[in-house]
Amino acid sequence: MKKYISLLLILFIVLILSGCSKSDEDGNEKKFSTAMVTDTGGVYDQSFNMSSWQGMRRFAEKTGAKVSYVESRQSSDYSINMDRLADEDMDLIWAIGFSLADVLKRAAETNPELNYAIIDYSYGDETLENVTGVMFRAEESAFLAGYVAGKTTKTCKVGFIGGIASIVVDQFEYGFRAGVDYAAKERGVNIEFVSQYAESFSDAAKGKAIALKMYSHGCDIVFHAAGSVGVGLIEAAKETNNFAIGVDMDQSNLAPKNILTSALKNAGQAVELVSTKLMNGEKIGGKTLSFGLSEGCVGLPEFNPNIEPKVYISAMKIKEEISAGNIMPPANADEYATFKEKYIN
Amino acid sequence: MKNVANIFEKPVVSTMISIFLGFLVAFFILFVTGYNPYEAIVTFFNAIFSKPKFITNVIIKSSPLILTALSAAFAFKTGLFNIGAEGQYIMATIASTVVGLVFNFNPIIQIPLVILSGVLAGAVLGGIVGFLKAKFGIHEVITSIMFNWVSLYLCNYVANSAVFHKPESNGTYPINKSGISMLFYEWKFSEQGRKFLKNNQFLNEVLLKTDLSLNFLIASAVAVITWIIIYKTTIGFELRAVGLNHYAAMNAGIRVRRNIVFSMLVAGALSGLAGALTISGTSNNSVQVLSVFENNGFNGLAVALIAQSSPIGCIFAGLIFSSLIYAGQAMQFKIGIPSEIINIVIGVIVFFIAITRIFPIIVEKLCRRESRNAQ
Repeated sequence: MKKYISLLLILFIVLILSGCSKSDEDGNEKKFSTAMVTDTGGVYDQSFNMSSWQGMRRFAEKTGAKVSYVESRQSSDYSINMDRLADEDMDLIWAIGFSLADVLKRAAETNPELNYAIIDYSYGDETLENVTGVMFRAEESAFLAGYVAGKTTKTCKVGFIGGIASIVVDQFEYGFRAGVDYAAKERGVNIEFVSQYAESFSDAAKGKAIALKMYSHGCDIVFHAAGSVGVGLIEAAKETNNFAIGVDMDQSNLAPKNILTSALKNAGQAVELVSTKLMNGEKIGGKTLSFGLSEGCVGLPEFNPNIEPKVYISAMKIKEEISAGNIMPPANADEYATFKEKYIN
Repeated sequence: MKNVANIFEKPVVSTMISIFLGFLVAFFILFVTGYNPYEAIVTFFNAIFSKPKFITNVIIKSSPLILTALSAAFAFKTGLFNIGAEGQYIMATIASTVVGLVFNFNPIIQIPLVILSGVLAGAVLGGIVGFLKAKFGIHEVITSIMFNWVSLYLCNYVANSAVFHKPESNGTYPINKSGISMLFYEWKFSEQGRKFLKNNQFLNEVLLKTDLSLNFLIASAVAVITWIIIYKTTIGFELRAVGLNHYAAMNAGIRVRRNIVFSMLVAGALSGLAGALTISGTSNNSVQVLSVFENNGFNGLAVALIAQSSPIGCIFAGLIFSSLIYAGQAMQFKIGIPSEIINIVIGVIVFFIAITRIFPIIVEKLCRRESRNAQ
């Protein structure tokens, strides 16, 4: 009996001592540090949390800054996690996704001495002095995707599946639509556009049902801005052997033969750019920054085996026109109407 | 030697030992996976005890766990396995949110209304399960698992519905301020409140930086009431009799069916209270789209099992569980241990707590062997 107890005690003491012998290696000058709070998707969500974390790691590699992340398991963790980071004397605290908008605002009010930034949200005129909103001109990549679709479609009918109507989804829909119109004008044909909302970002079965209906009604290319609903679309594209266009990340790995291209939105690139700006002493607080093609934060993937080379080359020309400001893709219904007047009619 | 064995018989001692052993194995796992276990454990305890607000957060996080654990424990006593605590919790959050958004009375009416609506929603869900079990013998596990999914999807439907969905967000609007039960909610975020709290370090941390509410006190009070009902009343005696052997109970003239329905009704209400208090008393104050279960109910089952279904034990087990979850996140963030490994570590510690009863038996065996050797 005593044998066992003493064995246990010895084991414990050894472990404690082995821990103690590690000395602290602090005392260096303070490094720039930044950290992010994910939403409930977690850091490996195959979407913007993952992309942001990749961007943060690139930032760390290039500049030697200290980076870390906190995963939120429940939405009630958001405020706790924002507060955790506030304790750590961070130079910049990131909130990934608009779900954290309210919590971030409160944290920024409570800690006016800290810098905060948020992906995919703009506080507009009410932006606090220590908060930076980061928005993407997703309409630019959607425009390119729409242009490619308009140039590629054989049935002259393309579709769009939205998640839940919001500013972000509008960017994709109207950008895409304008791109299709632009291509139709170049080809001198009339391309019909159909759009339907799934009222969900997660219901893949519904996405599939909508997509199958669209394909059977003559669409041969369907684009989506609907999160996991798009998984259903891609399945439907595979089954009916039509094209789908991916969103946010390059989704061609889901169906290599049926993904025409993807409208990328690279949150990580923006995280890297904004963090670098602050590190270099630029003032970024109190405003909303917008990132698009010219910053390399949106666009099409480099490798698109399903696009005809001729179409891809002309799409790249359009890309330069957009970067140069000659074409302004619309981000909502009003801008779309103006766009149509200016370029199409 | 006999004395040693007697010490081990005490539940407190054996629980302490099992926690200690759990940490020892966790130590080993961290060491093998290449992290400094000492640093990890120090971070772990610092994340719970080093600041008043950490302790406050652990207490806040434990309240829903204690209540869902009570729900599971209550059903266990009647021989029922309430795996539907998760669904009852979610259904309550939906009901509380909707009521909290639709009505806007004076806080004195609004807060109880919001909470009662959640309790009622949970009770109805639990009651249906109990009724089906009592009347038709349909197993409560299958019906309540299905209700879990129904609740999850109903929650997503409500969170996305045109009426309640908050634009540019993942959920509904927060409930009307009159229904929020956080202490000094409006005052602490006002200009004046902030200024006052700045001068008081302790209150600033505990009040401003956490969602301080009376939830934990309510949960503890409910635990005591549950204990009284189970052990000190006739109803409780009947419930336990049904749980121990319902044929014998039936022969003794106890109405088994009625007790089953009643037990599930109360279990549902307890889970419902957990959900309602969360909506009313923790930030967000709204339901969000759920892609997976948030595990408030399932963790409650684990807590009840750790507490061996003792209502008072649920309070302490809930605190232990919430500190594991809370401090686990700190280990992930401060040392960069992936959350998978942290989940394994938490799992191991809970595992050892769950097998507490083994230790007195082992000690007794060792003692017996020793005395045999001595002879």
